[in-house]
Amino acid sequence: MTLLAVEDLTVSLPTRRGWARAVRDLSFALDRGQTLGLVGESGCGKSMTALALMGLQPEGARVAGRIALDGEDLLTLDEADLCRIRGNRMAMIFQEPMTALNPLQPIGRQVSEPLRLHRRVGRAEAEREAVRLLDRVGLPNAAQRAHAHPHMLSGGQRQRAMIAMALACGPDLLIADEPTTALDVTIQGQILDLVIELVDERGMALILITHDLGVIAETVDRVIVMYGGAGVEEASSEALFDYRAHPYSQGLFAALPQIGLARGARLEPIPGTVPDLADLPDACTFVDRCPIAAGACRAAPPPPLAVARGHRARCIRLEEARNRSIR
Amino acid sequence: MAFFLLRRFGTLIGTLLAASLVVFLVLEVLPGDPAQVMLGVDAEPSTVEALRRKLGLDRPPVERYLAWIAGLATGDLGISYTYSVPVSELIAERLVLTIPLALIAMAMTVAIALGLGLYAASHHGKPGDWGVMAFGQLGIAIPNFWFAILLILYFSVHLGWFSAGGFPGWSAGILPALQSLLLPAISLAIVQAAILARVTRSAVLEVLREDFVRTARAKGLSRRQALWRHVLRNALIPVVTIMGLQFANLLTGTIIIENVFYLPGVGRLVFQAISQRDLIVVKDVVVLIAALVVVVNFLVDVLYAVIDPRLRTQR
Ligand SMILES: Nc1ncnc2c1ncn2[C@@H]1O[C@H](COP(=O)(O)OP(=O)(O)OP(=O)(O)O)[C@@H](O)[C@H]1O
Ligand SMILES: [Mg+2]
Repeated sequence: MTLLAVEDLTVSLPTRRGWARAVRDLSFALDRGQTLGLVGESGCGKSMTALALMGLQPEGARVAGRIALDGEDLLTLDEADLCRIRGNRMAMIFQEPMTALNPLQPIGRQVSEPLRLHRRVGRAEAEREAVRLLDRVGLPNAAQRAHAHPHMLSGGQRQRAMIAMALACGPDLLIADEPTTALDVTIQGQILDLVIELVDERGMALILITHDLGVIAETVDRVIVMYGGAGVEEASSEALFDYRAHPYSQGLFAALPQIGLARGARLEPIPGTVPDLADLPDACTFVDRCPIAAGACRAAPPPPLAVARGHRARCIRLEEARNRSIR
Repeated sequence: MAFFLLRRFGTLIGTLLAASLVVFLVLEVLPGDPAQVMLGVDAEPSTVEALRRKLGLDRPPVERYLAWIAGLATGDLGISYTYSVPVSELIAERLVLTIPLALIAMAMTVAIALGLGLYAASHHGKPGDWGVMAFGQLGIAIPNFWFAILLILYFSVHLGWFSAGGFPGWSAGILPALQSLLLPAISLAIVQAAILARVTRSAVLEVLREDFVRTARAKGLSRRQALWRHVLRNALIPVVTIMGLQFANLLTGTIIIENVFYLPGVGRLVFQAISQRDLIVVKDVVVLIAALVVVVNFLVDVLYAVIDPRLRTQR
């Protein structure tokens, strides 16, 4: 059953040189309980996609397309209705636990806030529930720690509090934007395992944004590879680790061994630099760095073409890409 | 927290002592005979000598300073040379005007500044924001005495709503007394409010960019809810800092404003004491004003600790 259907999502940002499209014609669908990974180099529009899904894109940004949550198009809702959905039916975990919590409020209060907002429960009841949530996410001494301010917690503990906050109202969809990138390597794994465990336990759908291909291989059902705001390839993670159809994905995975991919395996930079958003052509976004680009690649944005069942790539030279990858 | 307060209290006492020492050095020890200054260059040497003895200027400076400090601590401030009454009485009867005036002006400043600052920040880049910025610029450019004269011309002379100056005393009733303080308080407040509104605006805009505001919005808080529940308190830290500094400005402002409105307050007392060279009064009042400023800064520090838990645990 489809929980989230995104169609032709485009986010345009006002810049001095005109509108820059940070997300272009992104389409995907996510079932209840399914997990989706978004990967790609820095600046390819992963966070912007997440924010647009939450309706929290930067001031002045234009969002077009369709974002249907349970069949209801979020882009047609007004702000008050979106407020009723955020933190309630969809929740988000951010990358920076150091700055993503209000430094002046005890964490118990911050964790209980969505409950008070969406469930209309009293303060005492909400704070009791906050303690249960903090306990569930593995914060030691949760009852006492609920009174602590963020500066008294370690990065990992703060991220646990963030997770508790996101879970408070039992959302159907959890969006985690690089939830472990800012953490100590030793606790990255613990936090990620916690997220996966909770997603399983509560049957939530998950969109996980990460740089870590090892994490992708282990944890998510499907993957979208993004480049220059476009979803250039989408497949089940097994299929993608088996075979990359798009030249960009091929470059991205090039330096990695085919099997035995461990967590912590980082994306390898591919030759050239990511061009400025405003400079990306209204064509294939990868054309300027693509080793097999042809004239036709500059004519129009490539449509998504089927590679196999449930495996699509936005490239009109799939044949050449396949030959190249075999060689 | 107790340690924090204790340390700040120590700073307070230290600052007061330093201020009194500076005042004492400038007025009594640096070259220039205070008795001669008070009596003028034409005075008879015997009169000057008599005053020197009366003021105790024949005693060594260290002894005089200690005696003065002891007097300050016990409320015995000496006898005014020009008024021939205890300085403590003189100051007490002026404080009942100046303290309420300063408090009313400060309350107005905070109310106007927080209101306008929040409004401007939440309408960032829109006409309302520009309006507040323009007011801020204007308020900073206008000297308060000039604004006071404008207020008198319009509300007292033209409309006749207020008397053009003077103070009926609290015995005349609370309302008439407050009424005579209203225009002076507005004159004092407008300039400070203009500055503080700009500070508030930029502090709020700064906090609005913080990650935790995005977190708050992701929980489902509306823009307005996030502003009140998460932004305001975080923005108060710089605002409170400036408020503390402004209180000192406000007190010096009363010297001018009380003269414009003929108000018998401490500011006017300083002015008169200086023009009559009554150094005894000048010395005491300057230390008193310094004490007020230092106490307000102490309160600001306490306020920081109330606002920001990070300061409470700091050593
Ligand atoms: N507020 C903004 N105004 C204008 N451009 C922005 C804004 N925020 C982000 N961008 C641009 O949008 C593009 C996409 O940014 P986004 O944050 O989505 O990248 P990302 O894939 O999440 O990268 P990272 O891996 O570094 O987090 C980038 O080119 C970025 O420079
Ligand atoms: Mg990002």
